[in-house]
Amino acid sequence: MSYIIQGETGDWEVVIGLEVHAQITSNSKLFSGSSTEFGAEPNTQVSMVDAAMPGMLPVLNEYCVEQAVKTGLGLKAQINLHSVFARKNYFYADLPQSYQISQFEFPTVGKGTVVLDMPDGTTRDIGIERLHMEQDAGKSMHDQDPKRSFIDLNRSGVALMEIVSDPDLRSPEEAGIYVRKIRSIVRYLGTCDGNMEQGSMRADVNVSVRKVGSDELNTRCEIKNVNSVRFIMQAIEAESQRQVEVWENGGEVVQETRLFDPANSETRTMRSKEFAHDYRYFPDPDLLPLNLTQAYVDAIAATLPELPDEKKERYMSEFGLSAYDAGVLVVERETGAYYETVVGQGDNKNRDAKLAANWVITNLFGALNAKSLSIEESPVSADQLGQLLDLMADDTINGRIAKDVFEDMVETSKNPADIVEDKGLKQVTDTGAIEAAIDDVIANNPGQVAEFKGGNEKIAGWFVGQVMKATQGKANPGMVNKLLKDKLSS
Amino acid sequence: MTSNLTHLTIAEARDGLTAGDFSAVELTTAHNTAVEQARDLNAFIVETPELALDGAKASDTRRAAGDARGAMDGIPIAMKDLFCTEGVQTTAGSHMLEGFVPEYESFVSRKLKEAGAVTVGKTNMDEYAMGSATLSSYYGNTINPWKATSGDNAGKDLVPGGSSGGSSSAIAARLALGATGTDTGGSIRQPASFTGIVGMKPTYGRCSRWGIVAFASSLDQAGPMTRTVRDGAIMLGSMAGHDPMDSTSTPMDVPDFESGLGKGVKGLRVGIPKEYTADGMPEEITTLWQQGADWLKDAGAEIVEVSLPHSKYALPTYYIVAPAEASSNLARYDGVRYGLRVEGDSLDDMYMNTRAEGFGEEVQRRVLIGTYVLSAGYYDAYYVKAQKVRSRIAGDFTAAFEDVDVLLAPTAPSPAFAIGQTFDDPVAMYLNDVFTVPASLAGLPAISVPAGMSNDGLPLGLQLISRAFDEVTLFQVADALEQAAGFELPIFGGEG
Repeated sequence: MSYIIQGETGDWEVVIGLEVHAQITSNSKLFSGSSTEFGAEPNTQVSMVDAAMPGMLPVLNEYCVEQAVKTGLGLKAQINLHSVFARKNYFYADLPQSYQISQFEFPTVGKGTVVLDMPDGTTRDIGIERLHMEQDAGKSMHDQDPKRSFIDLNRSGVALMEIVSDPDLRSPEEAGIYVRKIRSIVRYLGTCDGNMEQGSMRADVNVSVRKVGSDELNTRCEIKNVNSVRFIMQAIEAESQRQVEVWENGGEVVQETRLFDPANSETRTMRSKEFAHDYRYFPDPDLLPLNLTQAYVDAIAATLPELPDEKKERYMSEFGLSAYDAGVLVVERETGAYYETVVGQGDNKNRDAKLAANWVITNLFGALNAKSLSIEESPVSADQLGQLLDLMADDTINGRIAKDVFEDMVETSKNPADIVEDKGLKQVTDTGAIEAAIDDVIANNPGQVAEFKGGNEKIAGWFVGQVMKATQGKANPGMVNKLLKDKLSS
Repeated sequence: MTSNLTHLTIAEARDGLTAGDFSAVELTTAHNTAVEQARDLNAFIVETPELALDGAKASDTRRAAGDARGAMDGIPIAMKDLFCTEGVQTTAGSHMLEGFVPEYESFVSRKLKEAGAVTVGKTNMDEYAMGSATLSSYYGNTINPWKATSGDNAGKDLVPGGSSGGSSSAIAARLALGATGTDTGGSIRQPASFTGIVGMKPTYGRCSRWGIVAFASSLDQAGPMTRTVRDGAIMLGSMAGHDPMDSTSTPMDVPDFESGLGKGVKGLRVGIPKEYTADGMPEEITTLWQQGADWLKDAGAEIVEVSLPHSKYALPTYYIVAPAEASSNLARYDGVRYGLRVEGDSLDDMYMNTRAEGFGEEVQRRVLIGTYVLSAGYYDAYYVKAQKVRSRIAGDFTAAFEDVDVLLAPTAPSPAFAIGQTFDDPVAMYLNDVFTVPASLAGLPAISVPAGMSNDGLPLGLQLISRAFDEVTLFQVADALEQAAGFELPIFGGEG
């Protein structure tokens, strides 16, 4: 899926690196005991530390370290046993300390890899440069008052992981797949809820363009704080297009920080290079270096769940699914769990795994999408969907009726067997009853019979339809086919 | 009787309170009165006589009920204004924090409070603890109760040292039995030397920094300022201890700091660092240093010359590390949430107006120095290099302490100087710290003991430095030095 921008002077490709800021799932902040719950009244989750009162000191939240290490392991990354928190100094009204405690020279997590599952079933490896922990700033609100800005410090000090990719991404689509994959991994791990609407995940997007075939990295621009996958993709499109135009008009792309304006689908200068901050990083003297033992890391590694890549691999080998189907089912941990329940595990269950995948991906996802429900909110439980498959497998109902039953289940959450019973949808497998229906249809449609006998075999399908109609769709389609063929040919 | 209560040591007051010779209320009242009568010293930014009396009443009640809390119960102390005190204005000597009343109590002041100590007031200090003379306080200069009897400065108002000059002046003038100080590069020891009292900086990590307005986080350490070594040991016992809220506080038990007192120095090895001389240092200081070595030798210690070869780099190293940390620590005083705000046309204007008006000249100078040494392109040459030198300096001490138990050196290169004498030259002022800064950079405990008098009749201190967390030995040797020196603190003022 190469993404090429055709310019006046030739073809351009885009080089993208992402810095994903993921809020660490933790009840309290990175260096204070304040709550991190979303949606609280402004300035109600602020400790003396978060407000940077005189003499207050940060104390590292050990759980956040565990979460960061876990995430690093999930990204197949190097865990650095020695890491250091540093101060990133700059003034802003919503940054109470006037420095952000972050990791600079020595992050807790080093190089790793994320595997992208491409729509054509292939994969792409994207390098992770590092993951470091840092505290979030507060929030400035400029729209509450004509003259004043308001500051909410609830987010001040909230723990973030910044996951920095190598400049390996080559298209808006890849960037989107990458962010979704990161989100999938952190959700599997339970280290970030990945909720972009609530700001739990956002990204800084670094974009540059170069002529196809070139290896050089041109000047990049950083688009700050993009908060949805769609906007990330749009921002890349807009920014790469802009850069191509700048180069082709004889200009030069200057390194700067830009903002994406979704309303106009364009990026705008936020801070040019001459106003770039000198962050004056230095090790935070209030905190000791973070020294972990290998045993600590190993203990966390032992708690790691099966991650999407491994699960996908297993679905392909164990269930015979296509790479695409397997990839779709493993995106969310809950989907995989649902699917596996539908398939049924253990001695007494042996459902058709491919059929189960089709039902989950096509029918269930379709129904959930239509109702804007998550899989946890599904009106049809995995057990119930499994029961539906069983009703098909033992010929209680046919596939057509199953779809109707499923629609009913979506509306009522009833067990499929009850619906079949209540509505009398049981498949007709009684040869006599089917024969009677066929005889009726043949008797009432001599013209079509003549056509068939005249050599128009395609009309057989029309007879099947008529018989199914006569049996309200309940006839076993295989039997209808066979008996009909026999009778018409006799 | 009552007026003499201010002449007691903490140890004597403890015994008197235990024996019922006087009450904590009487003791506190005597000190409240002394504070009031000594206002010309400007040792206090805020006086808290009512709070002190309330504390004293509570102490007497406890004692009557048989629930006295120990040596510090009912003892009037003075609190350096760098310690955040709940409900009592805390300014760090700065205009920036004028009117700032914390809703929390620093770890050290809380420990003292819990031990029953009562605070008569918050003492004046160099702004944000930056200075060696208490001349940079927004709340005016503090005056040393001592006067030179001869020489150029005879009769002039002298500085009490700094930055803990309000505390040193208050203890010398007997306005409290003990005072807290903080020492970043010598801010307890040098003012102690200038005022003829004992000033002790514990090992970095011994006392929690939680709630102390930060100057340079990797150096700041709280300590006691008292009139005797024993008092210092008693008071430190109620200040020290592990605090999980300060990640740099060391999880160690607090020993009985008095346990070595009176044991003498027989068999101990005392190192004399040969590099501890300064250009133009008065002969009287060298003489006193030699005298100190002789006293300890006479008391049975072995005197050994040692070398701390990187000492000469200590002062420049300190003046990179401390301002660098300060520039970042003081960035929070931005006018947004608390303290002074001077409005401007934009956020940046407000920052500039606030910080230009809120910070004094010395603070601004150090913030600029610190910002400079951390800047892109200069960081490696200054900050990183300074950290490397700092390790070498610490390494010198480690090597020396393989051979000796304590080091003996002068505390400061001069006695107290007159107000206005050197303030125009910041570097000359910085040289005051030349002997105190190395132990600060190495995080080692050190104490200044009043040991003799200058030719002009001013007190001079000698400094002892020990291994990390070996404060017991430090007090032990300091006690022997104190005994040998037999220094007598005069009684200043009209009363007594």
